[in-house]
Amino acid sequence: MEIGSVKYRIGKSYGAQILTIVLAFACVVPLIFILIFIIKAGITKINWHFLVNVPKAVGESGGGIANALVGSIIIIACASVIAVPIGILTGIYLSENRKSRLAYWARLSVDILQGVPSIVIGIIAYFWLVKPLGGFSALSGSVALAIMMLPIIVRSTEETLKLLPDSLKEAAFALGMPFHRVIFKVIVPVGVSGILSGVMLSIARITGETAPLLFTAFGNPYLSTNVTKPMQSLPLLIFNYATSPYNDWHDLAWGASLILLMWVLFLNIFTKILTRKWKVQL
Amino acid sequence: MESTIIKSRNFNASFGANHVVKNVNIDIPRNHVIAVMGPSGCGKTTYLRCINRMHELIPGATCSGEMNLNDENIYEMHPIFVRLKIGMVFQRPNPFPNLSIYDNVIAGYKLNGIKLPKAERDRIVEHSLTRVALWNEVKDSLTKKGSFLSGGQQQRLCIARAVAMEPEVLLFDEPTSALDPISTSTVEELFHELKANYTLIIVTHNMQQAARVSDKTAFFYLGELVEYDETKIMFTNPKDNRTQNYITGRFS
Amino acid sequence: MDTSVENGMVTRSELPLRVINSNAPEAIAKAKGRVRRSFRQIRTENVFKRTLIIMGILMVILVLGVFLTLVVQSLPSIKALGPKYLWGRVWDPVQDVYGAWPFLLGTLLSSFLALIISIPFSIAVAVFLGEYYPKGWLPNLLKNTVELIAAVPSVIYGFWGLAVLVPIVRNLESHIGVEPVGVGIFSSSLILAVMIIPYAASLGRSMISMVPSPLKEAAYGLGATRWEVIRSVILPYTKSGLFAGVLLSLGRALGETMAVTMVIGNTSIIPKSIFAPGNTMASVIANEFTEADKAVYLSALIELGLVLFLVTVVINMIGKRIIDRFTNE
Repeated sequence: MEIGSVKYRIGKSYGAQILTIVLAFACVVPLIFILIFIIKAGITKINWHFLVNVPKAVGESGGGIANALVGSIIIIACASVIAVPIGILTGIYLSENRKSRLAYWARLSVDILQGVPSIVIGIIAYFWLVKPLGGFSALSGSVALAIMMLPIIVRSTEETLKLLPDSLKEAAFALGMPFHRVIFKVIVPVGVSGILSGVMLSIARITGETAPLLFTAFGNPYLSTNVTKPMQSLPLLIFNYATSPYNDWHDLAWGASLILLMWVLFLNIFTKILTRKWKVQL
Repeated sequence: MESTIIKSRNFNASFGANHVVKNVNIDIPRNHVIAVMGPSGCGKTTYLRCINRMHELIPGATCSGEMNLNDENIYEMHPIFVRLKIGMVFQRPNPFPNLSIYDNVIAGYKLNGIKLPKAERDRIVEHSLTRVALWNEVKDSLTKKGSFLSGGQQQRLCIARAVAMEPEVLLFDEPTSALDPISTSTVEELFHELKANYTLIIVTHNMQQAARVSDKTAFFYLGELVEYDETKIMFTNPKDNRTQNYITGRFS
Repeated sequence: MDTSVENGMVTRSELPLRVINSNAPEAIAKAKGRVRRSFRQIRTENVFKRTLIIMGILMVILVLGVFLTLVVQSLPSIKALGPKYLWGRVWDPVQDVYGAWPFLLGTLLSSFLALIISIPFSIAVAVFLGEYYPKGWLPNLLKNTVELIAAVPSVIYGFWGLAVLVPIVRNLESHIGVEPVGVGIFSSSLILAVMIIPYAASLGRSMISMVPSPLKEAAYGLGATRWEVIRSVILPYTKSGLFAGVLLSLGRALGETMAVTMVIGNTSIIPKSIFAPGNTMASVIANEFTEADKAVYLSALIELGLVLFLVTVVINMIGKRIIDRFTNE
């Protein structure tokens, strides 16, 4: 073989490697741009006044996003109350029944649910709750978000529990523990970091969800804590104010974007740390 | 006349269509050490797991026939009662990784939701750990996690965990196969101590171990109980040809 | 696992009280307490097992419910408009004319354009993390950062797109001589391309790291360069897995709502070029759902939701099937 062709091949190999590295790191560039831009646009807007006041009418400057913060917290709390127990129990069911027919269909259902576009979930919550209850409500938004949380929690619970060795369960059963205690006192505590990270990631995911809230929680320019009435949330506020023609409202939206972004990033990073720290050494 | 604690009659066990324990009849006397030996795949472990109803936890596993504990059919009791009275120690040490050594010993109470006064708990922990000759080694590190111990210590911790429940029978599924020789001999010494209070049934593929520790030995081959007799007789004068072949190493 | 609840029920009269080999009164009291407690445990155990089964049933009902709700609510539109709804070229609710073709086309154009833009990047990330540098702090940082791309809420991508990207695209459009609107299919494809990178990248990474090393070593042993190993061993070996990753990305792109709604221009006519404003299925639902004042109008929108649901389900199922087959091999 000629030396020249070998050199050419080696050069080509290095060329491909450099191209791969460049392309791989190029992916990060837009994210960094977005982060920097939003921090720059949002940081000047955030102060105490911004956090504790509701938006002002068009033309008046100032105002804050207290209604959206409170609304987001209430909507997410309700969604978590619905989705966390159901999700964890379903995950337990799937990991304990690997071969049954019902488990097969349930697993398929969870897979399907994971891929359903969020706007479709919004339509569903509209027909299941908004129409029967006769109006937009925070509760219907929570149900929509709970449906979006479910697959994340179920899958992470199932995957976590599946990885635990059978010997752990056998040890518990051999001590005469009933099934529910084997699960809640042994299996779940050992897998707690995986389950918890699924819960937190699902919360991070739904905090930013807007589409399912468009026709459920709907939004509300005033502070409201009544879950049967329309309620504002951070992403809804960003959407409505960002697409408005007023600069004052854009400013509010930038501030809200920064808060939302920080919250989501915090949850993601915190989850990573927590998972590592709480992991039970087997 | 010694009293029988475990009695099997026409006992069968299978995994789906795979018939792994065939028509076993056996009487196990109280406060003895019984070794169950045989080549791998002979059904000895399955039989052992049938005694405290762990067998049925495996999907597709079934069993039939009579299995009595003190003349009560185990299969007419709830598995929880059975397992409270028949403890088990597994091949690989499996302490609960999220619990301390102390909590591992009283896991059977703690995790079952049985509340005991602190003094009683301390007594059980010390008593159980002393019985497995672990107390002196761990008494200063009771709050450390169980996984911090060496393999042999972990296995003794698992025995202490089973002993703490005060069962009548203790089942051992190849308890030393994952241990080094020194730990093995420590565990084997324990068997003699524990015999005074419990009935021990030990599955082993190690003939020397069976000969060393047991009073009576059962030999399983291809799912059948071939021979069951005093250990001395088994190893010196077996009645069945297959036992003879096995103990002289003509098949494995 | 033993989920059968019938066997082994004991009645209280059969209680074996001789739990402990001791006649000490406290031991007997303890034994009684333990047995009584166990009865409560057994009842709870049965309730728990049933609860788990109910959860499984609930999941199936939930998905069937989603599907049936969409079908039932689409019926007025399906009855009134028939199948030609799907290729009807005009959407004019004022005149009661409903054709879904502009949205189908808008969705397909924006999603596939996004896919084409993002594939080189996501494969580069997959190869970089799966083959070149699987360990170390820098690859780890890259991996976590790429995962963060998926964590940023889509409404923030939309807002950023509207404020930063759209003016840039408008500038670009005026340079190349198309109508400089800025908003449109092209802008939404760019945003979508960024958003879907993590899905194909993370799946591709795990697939590439699963390539058995003897396979690679065989090629190295024959004097192949690193790139030749990647191109002729790793990529062919993982192509089904990479394809599945691309499918999952596509599923995300098709259903993405907010970012697209904010930058696509919301025009319900057939886009003339990739720079023209348009609408996707998801964006038109988001925009018009609460304004739909007529039964057929609303139902036509829901039928779009039904189509979106079916398409994403099929794409995701094919993707999952490929992944399962790949990982089981």
